[in-house]
Amino acid sequence: MSNQTTYNDKVIKQFAIMTVVWGIVGMLVGVFIAAQLIWPWLGWEIPWLSYGRLRPLHTNAVIFAFGGSALFATSYYCVQRTCHARLFSDGLAAFTFWGWQLVIVGAAITLPLGLTMGKEYAELIWPLAVLVALVWVAYAVVFFGTIVKRKVKHIYVANWFFGAFILTVAVLHIVNNLAIPTSLTHSYPIYSGTVDAMVQWWYGHNAVGFFLTAGFLGMMYYFVPKQAGRPIYSYRLSIVHFWSLIAIYMWAGPHHLHYTALPDWVQTLGMIFSIMLLAPSWGGMINGIMTLSGAWHKLRTDPILRFMIVALSFYGMSTFEGPMMSIKTVNALSHYTDWTIGHVHAGALGWVAMISIGSLYCLFPRLFGVEKMYSTRLIEWHFWTSTIGTVLYIVAMWIAGVMQGLMWRTFNEDGTLRYTFIEVLQFTYPYYGLRLFGGIVFTAGMFIMVYNVYKTWQMAGRQTGEVRIVEPAHA
Amino acid sequence: MSAFWHWFVVIITLAFIAVMVWLFIATGRSKVPTGTNAEGQETTGHVWDNDLTELNNPMPRWWLWLFYGTVIWSLIYLVLYPGLGNFAGVLGWSSEGQYLEERERADREFEERFGELVQKPLEELAVHPDALRMGRNLFAHNCSTCHGSDARGARGYPNLTDGHWIWGGEVEQVWTSIYHGRQAVMPGFGAALGEQGVTRTAVFVQQLAGLPVDETMAQAGRQHYEQVCAACHGSDGRGNPMLGAPDLTAGVFIYGSSLDDLRYTIAEGRQGVMPAQRELLGEARSRLVTAYVLSLNANGATDD
Repeated sequence: MSNQTTYNDKVIKQFAIMTVVWGIVGMLVGVFIAAQLIWPWLGWEIPWLSYGRLRPLHTNAVIFAFGGSALFATSYYCVQRTCHARLFSDGLAAFTFWGWQLVIVGAAITLPLGLTMGKEYAELIWPLAVLVALVWVAYAVVFFGTIVKRKVKHIYVANWFFGAFILTVAVLHIVNNLAIPTSLTHSYPIYSGTVDAMVQWWYGHNAVGFFLTAGFLGMMYYFVPKQAGRPIYSYRLSIVHFWSLIAIYMWAGPHHLHYTALPDWVQTLGMIFSIMLLAPSWGGMINGIMTLSGAWHKLRTDPILRFMIVALSFYGMSTFEGPMMSIKTVNALSHYTDWTIGHVHAGALGWVAMISIGSLYCLFPRLFGVEKMYSTRLIEWHFWTSTIGTVLYIVAMWIAGVMQGLMWRTFNEDGTLRYTFIEVLQFTYPYYGLRLFGGIVFTAGMFIMVYNVYKTWQMAGRQTGEVRIVEPAHA
Repeated sequence: MSAFWHWFVVIITLAFIAVMVWLFIATGRSKVPTGTNAEGQETTGHVWDNDLTELNNPMPRWWLWLFYGTVIWSLIYLVLYPGLGNFAGVLGWSSEGQYLEERERADREFEERFGELVQKPLEELAVHPDALRMGRNLFAHNCSTCHGSDARGARGYPNLTDGHWIWGGEVEQVWTSIYHGRQAVMPGFGAALGEQGVTRTAVFVQQLAGLPVDETMAQAGRQHYEQVCAACHGSDGRGNPMLGAPDLTAGVFIYGSSLDDLRYTIAEGRQGVMPAQRELLGEARSRLVTAYVLSLNANGATDD
């Protein structure tokens, strides 16, 4: 088979381009709903444009469409390069691309129509959830099939993380979506009450742990050493933080249900394992940042590397913040406030989006067969819009969230609450404005990226040269 | 939790923590095959994709101690607080206990400071500045969701400032509405009256309210009204607070007075609910809210 001498880069190109497209779509929806919180008349009483329907569209678009496409692209790239083999099946790989796009389009149609399972980050109605499961199984076959085909004995560390992400997300998705359909668009979960809540947040938190953490750590473990041209800092560190991260994450879900009907002992276990998760999470940050030792000077000239290092810094920050927020007394203040939204975006913008953008800038020239991106200066601009946008966003939400928490618990002398809900909301307005501005700045950077990618593609001309598989080194 | 599940939780939890600690210690001590790169650094000797290699640096010590520190902290926490199955923790804390304790303390302080005040007659409370301040606060937090922060109501929720009362504006009636709640029972007459009958009746109700209507339609509607509506709303349309049947001549319709709104109300019925505050706010605070609501109508607190 002649094509066994080249990599399958077609599916990677497709996913990489859709990452940029869905990133813009998802972020624009985010900007729109951030504006709705300031000007509630936006939406003009059209049900499809109401906040409650667009908010899940935003989260699904940025997590699963943007983040998911980035993970597909980078994992397919990494697994081929580090196994020195072509993807296990071109047909199945193409199915994962078209299937995944179909899921996203399905989500973009059903969510505004108000069709939902009502579970956060698992809103898609059952036919779409079934399609997700099929695509995911195909993904696992392609990925692990390629691992099996590898021409080197050792499995590269990035592939451990991608592998854990793929396997666990399959389990999480299937268990949380078990439901009995009552019609084509409606179903009832097989769980009820507190058990349903616990399954949902076991899923929800591990979606953070495996989709948004392990998956993107896989991306980091390939593209950071590649871009820095340096060896990974510590093999032992990667082993320990890999196993402890994936094992301990499984326990942490109950911290989403502090002070609820969930039994106290379950809440406690969720909390202590969230605290124990701090060091394993930081292991990835240390390994990534220390990989730069001996190459620190490159940060001055290479905005791509800077994207990655700032992403790792935001990762370290939000994985410190997370365990702190899981402590019951802190959670009593932070829960249900905008602090949570700020925390999520420190991870989503600062870590997930920035590591993806950095990796894509590393990836696009290789996919188009050119030396480097059309303009390093534009990457520089994108770096600053992303960083400033993220900082504005999370600072706004921190202030808003902490003040909300404090105002909600302030009592008058007579034992009545000092501030009404509407007074707290009025206080929050300026910070909603700042958050909107941060979001606009971040999204603007994505348009710079579109231009840069387009010019790079133009530069490449019509060359469609397939890349020959690299022979494994004999070491 | 049965003894089986209790021990299941205890053993799984502690064994898991032990395995994690073992992972950290054992990996630190394990030997890996090594090589040396061009810079003289110790590597694992593996190479992928031309140039991807790994160094064999030890794990940072401060990082290891960060992990052990969180483990020690967690074990102490498991001794002090509920976590290991049925074991309640030596501090005896529970979230429900904390809630009850805080609530009891708040009630006790309230009782000490305001116990005497709230026992005054509602008429007196309705002009007492301290009672009104608390009442307004309680209203803002508990009632404004439906009735609005200015108490002027919203569609489906009565305006409490207009002197118009569905269930009566006497002090005792307002108290009953708040403390015991109300359940409206306007039945739907769509099937009984038919589409045309519903429309005619709606037109007649508009006429009762003094709205300009088609006289012939209204006259046709009057017959239906007298047959089905008058029993509760009275032949003169002035309603009956005992039944919560609104006065239809006052021009106040919480579900709207347009023809479509009235047609819907007559055809489908309306079952508005005022939740009882007995279990929610308790007696003392319900008295304060009642005083505040009465004060909103200080000039015309009677049913007109």
